[in-house]
Amino acid sequence: MSRRIRQARLTQTLAVAITGAAAAFIVTAALFLLGYILVRGLPAMSWEFISQPPRGQMKAGGILPSIIGTLALTSGTAAFALPVGVAAGIYLSEYAPRGRMTRIIRLAISNMAGVPSIVYGLFGLALFVILFSFGTSILAGALTLACLTLPVIITATEEALRQIPSDLRQASLALGATRWRTIYRVVLPAAAPGIVTGSILGLARAAGETAPILFTAAVYYKRQLPTSIFDDVMVLPYHIYILATQVTGRPDDIIWGTALILVGGVTAGSVIAATWRSLQRKKVRW
Amino acid sequence: MTESREQNVTGVFELENVSVTYGSEVAIAGVSMHIPPRAVTALIGPSGCGKSTLLRCLNRMNDEIGSAKVRGRITLDGADIYAKEMDPVELRTRVGQVFQKPNPFPMTIYDNVAYGPRTQGTRRRSELDEVVERSLKRAALWGEVKKDLKKHAFELSGGQQQRLCIARALATQPEVVLMDEPASSLDPISTQQVEDTIAELKEYVTIVIVTHNMQQAARISDLTAFMLRESMEEPAQLVEVGETRVMFTNPGDKRTEAYITGRFG
Ligand SMILES: Nc1ncnc2c1ncn2[C@@H]1O[C@H](COP(=O)(O)OP(=O)(O)OP(=O)(O)O)[C@@H](O)[C@H]1O
Ligand SMILES: [Mg+2]
Repeated sequence: MSRRIRQARLTQTLAVAITGAAAAFIVTAALFLLGYILVRGLPAMSWEFISQPPRGQMKAGGILPSIIGTLALTSGTAAFALPVGVAAGIYLSEYAPRGRMTRIIRLAISNMAGVPSIVYGLFGLALFVILFSFGTSILAGALTLACLTLPVIITATEEALRQIPSDLRQASLALGATRWRTIYRVVLPAAAPGIVTGSILGLARAAGETAPILFTAAVYYKRQLPTSIFDDVMVLPYHIYILATQVTGRPDDIIWGTALILVGGVTAGSVIAATWRSLQRKKVRW
Repeated sequence: MTESREQNVTGVFELENVSVTYGSEVAIAGVSMHIPPRAVTALIGPSGCGKSTLLRCLNRMNDEIGSAKVRGRITLDGADIYAKEMDPVELRTRVGQVFQKPNPFPMTIYDNVAYGPRTQGTRRRSELDEVVERSLKRAALWGEVKKDLKKHAFELSGGQQQRLCIARALATQPEVVLMDEPASSLDPISTQQVEDTIAELKEYVTIVIVTHNMQQAARISDLTAFMLRESMEEPAQLVEVGETRVMFTNPGDKRTEAYITGRFG
């Protein structure tokens, strides 16, 4: 064996070892994180924990208002961000002329993705809470979270649409379909798995955000469940923060239990999206 | 293809001094030709000589390419297809296209074929059933798929997919079908089947086909048009067009002969 080949083999072995170690590290870290939350949080789990409001100065009882609050906020976010984000993604991928204006729009979107979430919180406070006088409410919080999630959904939509071969569009146009019909009958259905996966990831992120809802939706303590979109709500991530910093003498496991519910919900969402996507994949391949 | 037949059938193209530019690049220039109905016209020539470009003029698919500009006059059955009152969307239901790679939609066989008629507003099930059956029969695919029209189109073989695409194009009952190298991605047996299909189709429609395969052009076409771009600085031109039999045995131009006998391209 020549020296050159031996060296090439050594490099190859090293490359496998280094990239493999990095992958193993990430998997270990993720498993450790989830395992730790599970071990610490499980003792808090009970029917009361998920079906009752807190009691005893939040040192006991359940977290139902926070669960409902997070669900309401996330649904509201989806209701605003999905239609607008998907529509904007369609525009950028299918209609936008290649030019300066489009470049500026893209730049704006990627900048939006880079804005710290606390800044969105301030923006939401100024615009939705004060200017539009929605007050600290589900509405204001959902709109704020929607702004934060929009870039993710727009980008996911645009990417998913770009994956669709232009051949399909051509075939539809050549059959006498308009551009819009081509998009909604051929391109969108084919891109749906990618759009849904990307959107769920974006919404999962939003569900766990604290900073944007701090001034726009979250309330420290409230036993009643919300009855309108103008109510303020308890929310899981903010509740964790409160428990950890403001409530003295509370048992540790209720913090971890709350975290477990949040992580579990978000994970469930991602798993459902991934499963649905792989089912779709079996039907759609090129 | 006698004069009398030409008079009462539709699907006749007349091109006068057609040129196409992409931005500042003149791709083809000065193309004038007559495309007779119920016949197969083959476009041949080396890669990059503008065959696809010329084909896309005929159903205005060049409109979808932002930088493309078509000049000159093209009429279909006497009507200028670039006139203001001509709607490209409507034109494309009369001039169908089959592409190089089979490109069925990600849906069932039935829905693929019914796509065009549904786009035109046909909703009645019985009517759609009829169109789907007739189109699949004309594309010589009916026998193989009649039992499972609800099957996903991607489960078909490449050759079957291409015949499905032909059926899909026939479903809007076009007068003309344009084909851009429809068999170039297929195996010999599938190619043979597609060629047989084309031979039968010319009973109903005018066919304009681009091909790189000289034997194929000789086998299936009635008319052959030879295009050539002598250098990248000049636009491509139509060297000559004539009856395939004559073109292949006794071409009028030295360059045609050189190309057909394989000396360049
Ligand atoms: N979408 C486009 N945008 C810009 N220029 C184009 C476009 N399509 C074709 N051209 C140019 O027009 C010329 C002719 O291309 P065309 O695809 O029509 O040739 P062709 O004869 O079909 O080639 P091939 O046999 O390789 O398919 C080429 O120089 C090509 O670069
Ligand atoms: Mg071509």
